[in-house]
Amino acid sequence: MSPTKLEPAVALAELQESKPDRVTIVVLSGDFDRVMAAFIIATGAAAMGMQVTMFFTFWGLNVIRREGATSGAKDLLRRMFGLLNKGGAGRLPLSRFHFFGLGTGMMKKVMSRNRMPGIAELRETARDLGVQFIACTTTMGMMGVTKDTLIEGVDQLAGVSTYLAEARQGNVNLFI
Amino acid sequence: MLKADVKLDTLGYFCPMPIIMTSKKIKELTLGQVLEVVSDDEGIKKDMPAWCQTIGHEMVGLEEEGNAAARVYKAFVRKSK
Repeated sequence: MSPTKLEPAVALAELQESKPDRVTIVVLSGDFDRVMAAFIIATGAAAMGMQVTMFFTFWGLNVIRREGATSGAKDLLRRMFGLLNKGGAGRLPLSRFHFFGLGTGMMKKVMSRNRMPGIAELRETARDLGVQFIACTTTMGMMGVTKDTLIEGVDQLAGVSTYLAEARQGNVNLFI
Repeated sequence: MLKADVKLDTLGYFCPMPIIMTSKKIKELTLGQVLEVVSDDEGIKKDMPAWCQTIGHEMVGLEEEGNAAARVYKAFVRKSK
């Protein structure tokens, strides 16, 4: 585990007692299409009055990192990794047909022409609707993602027990 | 023809935007008022009743206009809570 202090899971459970139905989504993937599906479900659920928590881990962390963020880690290996794995919702590749950015760029063009919100807009909508964002500390440590490179509005840095405390209350638990 | 107090235009928006816009808009209405949501997303036919049922608003009805190439759906929701 990374040295970041874990919040007690109980506090989170108490905080969210007001709403009955709960949804948890683990976002492990950093693929454009998968992340988009995650946000569509999250915003849809929040609009239906459900309490939604999204856990970002591994490549999913890139979604809640600042645009173009590299690693602020002290050691060389993780810094190098940070250069190869830059953050930002605008940099996510499609899981298929990325074609060095060409395919993804075309997809984004089609989306904006059809007034479909992109990842960053969906992320903002999710925030507006009260979706909780939690960053996984273990993978943050592993991948050299430091707290200062995350976007504003990440509610908590936490680990698996916080996730499980949430998920056992959840009516819908997804792993994307 | 169903009557509405407030109209919400979501033309051109895909799922989940019409529902999200509806959930925001309905907060501006007073209890008993009817919101008309205009959409060209076919999914709204199923999504709006499902949303109403979950949230606790009343789905008054749904109207369809236009031809197969350009269909417009009008969902009428009464604020019930």
